[in-house]
Amino acid sequence: MSLFWIPLLPLLGTLVPLLSERFGRSACALFTAILPAIALAIVLNLSLEVLQGNTLLQSFSWIPAMGLDLSFRLDGLALLFCILILGIGLLVILYARYYLSQQDSMSRFYAYLILFMTAMVGIVTSNNMIQLWLFWELTSISSFLLISFWNHKSDARKGARMALTVTGAGGLALLAGLLLIAQIVGSYDLDVVLASGDTLREHAAYPIALVLVLLGAFTKSAQFPFHFWLPHAMAAPTPVSAYLHSATMVKAGIFLMARFYPVLSGTELWFLIVSLTGLATLLLGAYIALFKHDLKGLLAYSTVSHLGLITLLLGMDTQLAAVAAVFHIINHATFKASLFMAAGIIDHESGSRDMRKLNGLWKYMPYTATLAMVAAASMAGVPLLNGFLSKEMFFAETLHQVALGSLSWMVPVLATLGGVFSVAYSTRFIHDVFFNGEPIDLPKTPHEPPRYMRIPVEVLVALCLLVGIFPGFIVGDLLASASSAVLAGNLPEYSLSIWHGFNLPLVMSLIAMLGGLVIYYNRRHLFQFQAQFPETDAKLVFERLIQSLVAGATEAHKVFENGSLQRYMVLLLLFALVLTAGPLMDLNTTAGLRPHLPIDAVEITAAVLLCLSALATMIWHRKRMIALLTLSVVGLIVSIAFARFSAPDLALTQLSVEVVTVILLMLALFFLPQKTPKESSPRRVVRDLGIAAIIGGIIGTINYALMTRPLTSISDFFLANSKTGGGGTNVVNVILVDFRGFDTLGEITVLGIAALGIFKLIARMRLFMPAGDENGRPWARDRHPVMLAVISQSLLPLALLVSVYIFLRGHNLPGGGFIAGLVTSVALVQQYVAHGVDWIKERLKIDYQWLIASGVLIAALTGLGSWVFERPFLTSWFDYFHLPWIGEFELASAMIFDLGVYLTVVGATLLILANLGKLTTSHRPTQPESE
Amino acid sequence: MEAVYAACVGLLTFSGVFLCLRGRTFPVVMGLTLLSYAVNLFLFSSGRLKLEGAAILGTSFSYTDPLPQALVLTAIVIGFAMTAFIVILAMRARADLGNDHVDGRLPPQPEAKPRRKKEHA
Repeated sequence: MSLFWIPLLPLLGTLVPLLSERFGRSACALFTAILPAIALAIVLNLSLEVLQGNTLLQSFSWIPAMGLDLSFRLDGLALLFCILILGIGLLVILYARYYLSQQDSMSRFYAYLILFMTAMVGIVTSNNMIQLWLFWELTSISSFLLISFWNHKSDARKGARMALTVTGAGGLALLAGLLLIAQIVGSYDLDVVLASGDTLREHAAYPIALVLVLLGAFTKSAQFPFHFWLPHAMAAPTPVSAYLHSATMVKAGIFLMARFYPVLSGTELWFLIVSLTGLATLLLGAYIALFKHDLKGLLAYSTVSHLGLITLLLGMDTQLAAVAAVFHIINHATFKASLFMAAGIIDHESGSRDMRKLNGLWKYMPYTATLAMVAAASMAGVPLLNGFLSKEMFFAETLHQVALGSLSWMVPVLATLGGVFSVAYSTRFIHDVFFNGEPIDLPKTPHEPPRYMRIPVEVLVALCLLVGIFPGFIVGDLLASASSAVLAGNLPEYSLSIWHGFNLPLVMSLIAMLGGLVIYYNRRHLFQFQAQFPETDAKLVFERLIQSLVAGATEAHKVFENGSLQRYMVLLLLFALVLTAGPLMDLNTTAGLRPHLPIDAVEITAAVLLCLSALATMIWHRKRMIALLTLSVVGLIVSIAFARFSAPDLALTQLSVEVVTVILLMLALFFLPQKTPKESSPRRVVRDLGIAAIIGGIIGTINYALMTRPLTSISDFFLANSKTGGGGTNVVNVILVDFRGFDTLGEITVLGIAALGIFKLIARMRLFMPAGDENGRPWARDRHPVMLAVISQSLLPLALLVSVYIFLRGHNLPGGGFIAGLVTSVALVQQYVAHGVDWIKERLKIDYQWLIASGVLIAALTGLGSWVFERPFLTSWFDYFHLPWIGEFELASAMIFDLGVYLTVVGATLLILANLGKLTTSHRPTQPESE
Repeated sequence: MEAVYAACVGLLTFSGVFLCLRGRTFPVVMGLTLLSYAVNLFLFSSGRLKLEGAAILGTSFSYTDPLPQALVLTAIVIGFAMTAFIVILAMRARADLGNDHVDGRLPPQPEAKPRRKKEHA
């Protein structure tokens, strides 16, 4: 279980600072550090096993059907990164305690920081690619929060947005790449992926997957041409820069390349892309760093340059280069984190980061200056410091590589050039800040920082020295273990000593030293040369790009979405046309082989009537009442058609629904304008007629083609099992309440939801009752006609009896809950029509919402009831009984279900109609409508 | 018979679609109702047309396909609920927005033409 705790403890730790802030700043920092410290202890405890060459795995099945597991691994590479992340993280927590001012919310800062720590630990320990990607995105988001921590500053906001955009876009590319890899390999599991390098490299999609994954890595690790976001992320508080932009986040891209090194590397394409990108980044970063006046800007570009160096190492075709890359990851993390912290101290204690103002600080803070100078010397690659060792290995490897063919000699030359600039900017960092005269109007008089603020720097600088002097003793095992994870176990021979004899790499180092000093000495000429070029601000370029993207998207959006429903409908219909017309053209003949039914005079008459009334509805649609009447004729003929073609249940349903629909629409028409104004231009009418005609033609054609083709149906099952399995002879009803009872349960729920939605819509409707019809005649105030009242009242018991009969026989003959419910509703609505709402309200005290609720509940409980008998949900039961006088009869659990359907239908229909009807009662305000 | 049936479905679709493209709510509701008739008839006919073959066991020798019927039956009821919902929505829109246009606002009126004529004159 302990592997899970490594990311879980920091995750829990995000809450700690929020809870402990009230106990004071030091306590808050202390409590915050506890959980990551425990996680680090667990890692160190497990490290003994990992250093022996084992890979620890632990997984937990999450969504097995999709190949998603919660799965963690701890191998050498993960171990190295875990120690860096948690270790430097703890130092940063201590450092930030003294860096943050009273105004800054310490708990918020720590919460973000620990969240970021969780995400980083998650990336390096993930054994599932989707999980890895998830943590990857979490680092983007949490780093966005950290960079924009001082969110009152425009710089911070813009820098954070830029970092998020660039790394987020890279994250999407990475996701695509990982999905592609999973497709090729057939698993999201890193173990499987790492073991199938050959399959992957030989696959046709390998170049695409490689480029996508590298896009993710390059954006995260600020490789050229995506390097521009990193310097702008320096708007973050310095602890963030020390943590994210030296040791962790920017190393996530490097980690990714190292992680996939066994499977993705080894091809021409990998070496070409990775080594050239790395080389370009190395040179560009080192060159620009020299000209930055901002202390953190210099460090940022130097980071870019060193990341390029590691990338270049990973891109070289030798195993030793990979070892050197891993070694430089360690060394860069230690010296760069300490340098950032030193820069933060200088900024904190002197109030400025501008190297044109900062001079001669040696006098004011000799102790900090010593630490910073050691770290900077390590960055420059001075012997006896760790930077020297990995740089020496790097120089040696550049001499061995052959990927560029006859041009390969350029690589060591350019590498030495990078080294020259590296020495130059390191010298500038030391000389400009600590010597070079007196400070020039600084906001504060510089002094040494609080005692504990220096501790993190001291620890890191001590590590630089120790690794530099006793490399094998301090990091030998860790380096070997991590490198063998990168190289999938094939660790080459190498020696980690300071002195390898007088060889070519040493000469290159010496050239770099001397060249760097010479360049720094003549810096004025170089600065003047550089000043000729107009400086482009990446932030402006980026913002302009984003702005134009947004403008373009808005334009495109406006074309499609102008707020007109009619336009959307036309677009939708045209799209549907395009989709359906194509396949139809592939159909050779319209008519199929199925024999046609004969036609008789009655059917022709009905069809003609249907067509005429449909056309009449369309033509007279502006006279709404007339159109409504012709519409009801259509519905009537549709129900006759159902009856004719062997669907008595449908005919009954359609007929009763028709009644309630027409009543509903008439009620609605009472409140809506009686006539539609003439608005559409003749051109639009013709256009709509054309679209409608084509769609009608297509639908008719499909329907004809469908009906004339032979049928193979699954319904034989229902016909065969209806009586024996469902206990009813009306197969349609048995399907509804038994075979597909679950669907019906869903459907009555929808019905209930719709009715409740309508209820809420009506509840606060502020509609005025029209005082008269469209011709200005006032509505009649007569009493309800007595004849209608008497007849409907005496018909009510009969109608209810009929509905009970229809309900009871539904299982065996046409009928059932739906139809019976509708018949009951019609009978009750008739009472409303005959007597008025007020009269009914006094006599019929049924709460329709309760009716709906109890209906759905009864149906659901019937389904649950089968669990009592240890059967699946909605299993039905039936049996036959005999009673004297009544005879043989059947009881079935499906009937209780049908009762639920019945109640829901009655409740929903009446809730809608009765509430709408209430709007017409006389105590509502009236006002003549002018429309 | 099939040809006539299909023609009726096509015609219902035609008038339904045309009404759906109108600019006021009530014609659109009527158009949707017509369309739902067409859709129900279409779905029903996927079980093929059959005379005297109601799926009541013991009433005939060969039965029609009961499955589309069961689907259409619930479709009719839910269709009613949806029609009701959209009608009430239309009423509510008119109450809150003061017009019954589907966009919730009246389209900009084209400029009066007579004035332009005067300018020319």
